[in-house]
Amino acid sequence: MTAPDRTEPALAVAGLAVARGGIVILRGVSFAVARGEAVVLRGPNGIGKTSLLRTIAGLAPPAAGTIAAPADGFAYAGHLDGMKGTLTVAENLTLWARVFRAGGIAPALQAMNLDALARRPAASLSAGQRRRLGLARLLVTGRPVWLLDEPTVSLDEASVALFAAVLARHLAQGGAALAASHADLGLPGLRTIDLTPHRATAAAAAADGRDAGEFG
Amino acid sequence: MSALLLRDLRLAVRAGGGFGLAAAFFLALVTLVAFGTGPEGGLLGRIAPGILWVGALLSCLLSLDRIFALDWEDGALDLLATSPLPLEGVAAVKALAHWLTTGLPLVAAAPLFGLLLHLPGPAHAWLVLSLLAGTPALSAIGAFGAALTVGLRRGGLLLSLLVLPLYIPTLVFGTETVRRAAEGAAPATPFLLLAGITLGAVAVLPFATAAALRAALR
Repeated sequence: MTAPDRTEPALAVAGLAVARGGIVILRGVSFAVARGEAVVLRGPNGIGKTSLLRTIAGLAPPAAGTIAAPADGFAYAGHLDGMKGTLTVAENLTLWARVFRAGGIAPALQAMNLDALARRPAASLSAGQRRRLGLARLLVTGRPVWLLDEPTVSLDEASVALFAAVLARHLAQGGAALAASHADLGLPGLRTIDLTPHRATAAAAAADGRDAGEFG
Repeated sequence: MSALLLRDLRLAVRAGGGFGLAAAFFLALVTLVAFGTGPEGGLLGRIAPGILWVGALLSCLLSLDRIFALDWEDGALDLLATSPLPLEGVAAVKALAHWLTTGLPLVAAAPLFGLLLHLPGPAHAWLVLSLLAGTPALSAIGAFGAALTVGLRRGGLLLSLLVLPLYIPTLVFGTETVRRAAEGAAPATPFLLLAGITLGAVAVLPFATAAALRAALR
């Protein structure tokens, strides 16, 4: 990555509509993420944070609107880590390092404190250790924009701090991140975007009625 | 690409990967048929080409649903779809890995199975050749079926129903090659058609597989 250029955004979304299962759930989402910036998406369960991230990552086509980003800019990390239990930690990471052709795994292992676990099969890791492995994968992709879906789930406090340091370093190098998270990512002063006003109306009316019933 | 192939082969030979299961199933099937039809060698030898090819088809079918389902369940398919690898390449590599772990062992074990079924001597070489030329099509077609059913729970039966009709041309020409060789006729024509089906399937189906995967990932 080159020196941070803060004039051009790393990711710009305009008038985006997001569909899940053929039904538009978010409408008119517009925002930009500058280089060196991390933005947190907030909103109640089911509003479409994951669907928005998957749409931006290119896994689903947008129902409307545009997504502007550098080609091959994204590294997507979803709920699931995609790691194989019968392969060791190092073997798992090596696959992704070779797929993304972005250098070795040693810095990533070290950054997420996985050195001691490198030769263990991934199946023997705890949920938090597995999550750390999943996040270490982001580092071997070499991609500038990280799309994170609940990145700190099942991490303990020390690991959250570890990830916050990794994320801060990524931002300092001119990277960017868009995270859907209910938890605190451990970095102060992150901009948050609330998706609630963008809920698509037809479905929203029904969903609001149900929500009111559930919570009322 | 080679990293992905290496990973799939490694997964296949590690615990629970199922390497060699197809060949073991093939052996069980062939043995059962031999017991079921009785000790008359002439009859067994006549039906051997058909039995061997049907056996290869069914053995291949066994492991099809694993091609994409495991990567789907643990999220690796999402990550592969957002990686620099073209999804068509991923589909082709997955089919190749399936063939190397399922089809190739069948090809290697085929002469032994031919012996068990009293297949006439000269047909053995053509049995091996026809399986070598035909089984890649089984993996390519199977990967397409696996991609179509990847998001479905208990998609295995549906996968079989989708894929088996598509296996018929391969079965017809594969069996015909071995039958002609067994009867001393020239097996070249059905063999060339068999090879043609494989080349067509391998060239076209990765694109269809990738399209099905994209639809499933939405």
